Amino acid sequence: MKTDIILAGVGGQGILSIATIIGQAALSEGLYIKQAEVHGMSQRGGDVQSNLRISSDVIQSDLIPLGGADIIIAMEPMEALRYQPWLKADGWVITASTPFVNIPNYPDIEEIRSRLKRLPRVISIDIEALAKANMMPKAANMILLGAASDALGMDFDILRQAVRTIFAAKGEAVVEMNLKALQLGREHAVSE
Amino acid sequence: MGISSYFCSDFYNRHMKRLFLGDQAIAQGALDAGLSGVYAYPGTPSTEITEYIQDSHAPVHSRWCTNEKTAMEAALGMSFAGKRALVCMKHVGMNVCADAFINSAITGVNGGLVVLAADDPSMHSSQNEQDSRFYGKFAMIPTLEPTTQQEAYDMMSYAFDLSERLRLPVLMRIVTRLAHSRAVVETTDSPRQQNALSSPADPKGWVLLPGNARRKNSELCAMQPQLQQLSEDSPFNRQENRSEAKSLAVIACGIGYNYVRECFPKEAPFDLYKLSQYPLPKDTLVKIAASHKELLVVEDGQPFVEEQLVGIIPHGVTVHGRLDGTLPRTGELNPDNVKKALGIPSAQAFDICDTVVGRPPALCQGCGHRSVYEALNRVLADYPNKGVFGDIGCYTLGALPPYQALHSCVDMGASITMAKGAADAGMFPAVAIIGDSTFTHSGMTGLLDAVNENAPITVIISDNLTTGMTGGQDSAGTNKFEAICRGLGVSDEHLKVVVPLPANMEEITRIIREELEYKGTSVIIPRRECIQTLARHAKQKKAAAEKKGS
Repeated sequence: MKTDIILAGVGGQGILSIATIIGQAALSEGLYIKQAEVHGMSQRGGDVQSNLRISSDVIQSDLIPLGGADIIIAMEPMEALRYQPWLKADGWVITASTPFVNIPNYPDIEEIRSRLKRLPRVISIDIEALAKANMMPKAANMILLGAASDALGMDFDILRQAVRTIFAAKGEAVVEMNLKALQLGREHAVSE
Repeated sequence: MGISSYFCSDFYNRHMKRLFLGDQAIAQGALDAGLSGVYAYPGTPSTEITEYIQDSHAPVHSRWCTNEKTAMEAALGMSFAGKRALVCMKHVGMNVCADAFINSAITGVNGGLVVLAADDPSMHSSQNEQDSRFYGKFAMIPTLEPTTQQEAYDMMSYAFDLSERLRLPVLMRIVTRLAHSRAVVETTDSPRQQNALSSPADPKGWVLLPGNARRKNSELCAMQPQLQQLSEDSPFNRQENRSEAKSLAVIACGIGYNYVRECFPKEAPFDLYKLSQYPLPKDTLVKIAASHKELLVVEDGQPFVEEQLVGIIPHGVTVHGRLDGTLPRTGELNPDNVKKALGIPSAQAFDICDTVVGRPPALCQGCGHRSVYEALNRVLADYPNKGVFGDIGCYTLGALPPYQALHSCVDMGASITMAKGAADAGMFPAVAIIGDSTFTHSGMTGLLDAVNENAPITVIISDNLTTGMTGGQDSAGTNKFEAICRGLGVSDEHLKVVVPLPANMEEITRIIREELEYKGTSVIIPRRECIQTLARHAKQKKAAAEKKGS
């Protein structure tokens, strides 16, 4: 088994928390893992990504080759498209649908949507609206992870357990909220 | 103890498996090797090494230093006293500490001394992509370049032992993709004790008067064959995948090895040599070259091995790498450029999406630097021939839209000295803008130069009470800036402190205008805490209050 994942977003959106949960789940299954991150200057509102590789065999490169990613998980739709050269021909894109506009030349959102539609397997989900409606503004990234859970091919209970482990120190209320967010994302994941 | 015993299971009773960044693996490796002190100035991608040691609460010195030179010298002092010391920095920090670093190879060490340089090929967060392996060769000391996070961990113990055995400092060079990538690392559950205090065996050798230095330099040169032999026999250098075909041999250095293995996880149609310890194992490499027509060098950074090979391999063998364009001359290695160099077609299925635009980093909303640039631009609009000299930190982002306020960014501290040079040439007004941590790192000496000539420059020390860009580490000069400036000779009349908030714009612009018109050296200190550390401190305070309450 081998799954290569690109996590994408804008600095501060919490993509590394998603990576931490998936990483914890992979570790608990005794899988190999490599996760390359971006630290430093780009975290200041710039585009950020993380290459997360999970495998039952030894992983060599810290980076995913072009055309090698099974899944792109993006907290922002344009950021999902940024990494399409890395997507496998039949790869999944799980993306938040709401644009994060912090640049003056952000493209027309309809153009972004139409470009996403050209990719074979896309789940676009309004995680911010869901988080707001369910009073969990800090758990938008867990909603996205829930939406990606099928594509990840991991046992859902293993993911749930990873959420428990990672958020345990923050108390039972935080754990429950994030578990609910995970479930919500899973239910609302509808392929376009 | 022989080096081979390092890898016997009874030497490392490995029970603990942990997910570590390369930086964290190095930090834990150093702690398990009996470290007594880490000395460092924050710099991407090296910062997390020192942060890990600080967070471990191990009985180890770990407070941040003012710059890389003070760090290197303090570490050498700890080594002099017999204990194990680690110095960490980003690659350009090697330039700052080079004087002490090169001379530490002449004095030699007492307690083990490891210098860790984190290079940044592709310049993700840097001004150049210099390759620190050249510094290892320049200083004539052993240099290690780990391939994986596990090897980085293992190498720390090896490096400290090697340093004490040879009585030389050891350089370890990593790159961003190792420093900032996580993997599972097995650690020992029987860490080594710290060294006791001891005196150097050769006390005169530490006094580098010419007579002593000449002797020590000769000794260092005489050790070079021994250092080469260590590389020939190193457990980290190995020939593998001996292929039947004898046309091509691949020399893969550090993480370059991973990209080759990504293409050929098991058998490969060429001979492969993994290279992670220098000086170059020349005998082995000449022998490999002699039985092949072509060599491909896969190394991250500059063509360090490639250039050296050209001078030693037999006539008729061709060397491929970054110099002949088989690999790109600049930028980091990745699975795709290595694939191409090995003649494997790309698996890319989708082109770059032309709808996507760049999203450069920007100053945070609410950041004090924003008000500084807003005010500066308002005033400077009236001066057509201005020179605004910037420095290294978050505020370098002031060069980008919407402010586009800077004309230079070169190296730590260069804002003040370049402004002075421009003023010497007659440029008016000449403004320097520098952060608090960068000012204490390398700005104070330049300010003294300016004050001594009363050079007509305006220095803005934008003080956010932290080292912001690397994630909010303590800044060496916090609460001391007025005293430092006065001590250097800045007059009270031309030392102004303001609070950079939009509400204070009128006051700030008035003060900047007055000081620009003053024909001497003036300093303005806009001071407001970084909003990132402010939020973190508020969170910590809240958590502490809740803990107390429950």
